[in-house]
Amino acid sequence: MTSDTHLDGNALGGLFYELFGREMTHQQGCCDNCGTVSAFGSLIVCRGPGDVLRCPACGEVIIVVVSTPVRQQVNFVALRWLNIEGFEADAPIGD
Amino acid sequence: MAGTAVRGRLNWLLAEAVELVAETPRVRTIVFDVPAWEGHRPGQHVDIRLTAEDGYQAQRSYSIAAPEDGVRVVITVELVDGGEVSPYLIEELRVGDSIELRGPIGGYFVWEPGDGESVQLIGGGSGIAPLMAMVRARVAARSSEPMRLLYSARSLEDVIYGEELESLNAVDGIDVAYTLTRSQPPGWEGLSRRVDRAMLEAVACPPTAGPACYVCGPTGFVETAASALVEQGHPAARIRTERFGPTGGP
Repeated sequence: MTSDTHLDGNALGGLFYELFGREMTHQQGCCDNCGTVSAFGSLIVCRGPGDVLRCPACGEVIIVVVSTPVRQQVNFVALRWLNIEGFEADAPIGD
Repeated sequence: MAGTAVRGRLNWLLAEAVELVAETPRVRTIVFDVPAWEGHRPGQHVDIRLTAEDGYQAQRSYSIAAPEDGVRVVITVELVDGGEVSPYLIEELRVGDSIELRGPIGGYFVWEPGDGESVQLIGGGSGIAPLMAMVRARVAARSSEPMRLLYSARSLEDVIYGEELESLNAVDGIDVAYTLTRSQPPGWEGLSRRVDRAMLEAVACPPTAGPACYVCGPTGFVETAASALVEQGHPAARIRTERFGPTGGP
């Protein structure tokens, strides 16, 4: 992961916009391995048949995205939590 | 700031090339008119999609190189040998041709004028593009943030936006420094090595100024420059990075 070929989460901004329906690179997530909180844009990314996102602090694989012509599978391998700012919650059910 | 908080789809938009600028033998700036464009922030990028007659599609990301200006979207593309997209954009695309793009994308590697805080920009090669959008935004807004740019290029011939960068040193509060890493013109008295801590201590904002730091370029360059900033004493949380990979890219 320390080679010169990796990218960062900025490169997946378009993909994550598609998946979440909003800009995601500034949103923060917590690595389940080391507890470091990072913006999506700062995650270490290796692109290939699957896109692998790693924690910039410990290198643990946090998310893997596999895109096929008919579906995208997102594996939250080690994402403890994801914070989405600016989210407008729907009205509580049952009110 | 919450970034672009509007839920929705990121649609592919038709973009017509209206102006082409040869920056260097391997770098071209393309100005697109995108009728459906809704504006962007300095540092954001677009995804560009090319579709062949047989339906094959290739997609790449490019930083937007200028601040918001109506329906104009400006990108600066470096030729990647053997690439699928950059050879077309640099050698084939003509004024009047249309391509598809989507954006703006990005809420992390963005900067907007107005908060008064110092800014340190460090760019390698065509990594200057999103930083140039930030510099141009500051100039256009006539804001007062102290802003320093350290630009690393292989040679003087490889410097993008050269004349404009020269003129920026006359702008109050903006300071531009170059380092030419592979070859230097006769009589060059400027920096001539890769970015390191000693260089930052000589020309960059000191950590005591508390600058927001933005580093963009090829991956190896970004790793080196970001590490040097940390060694110099800048907190990691104040350093934002965008990596292109080995060559080209966003």
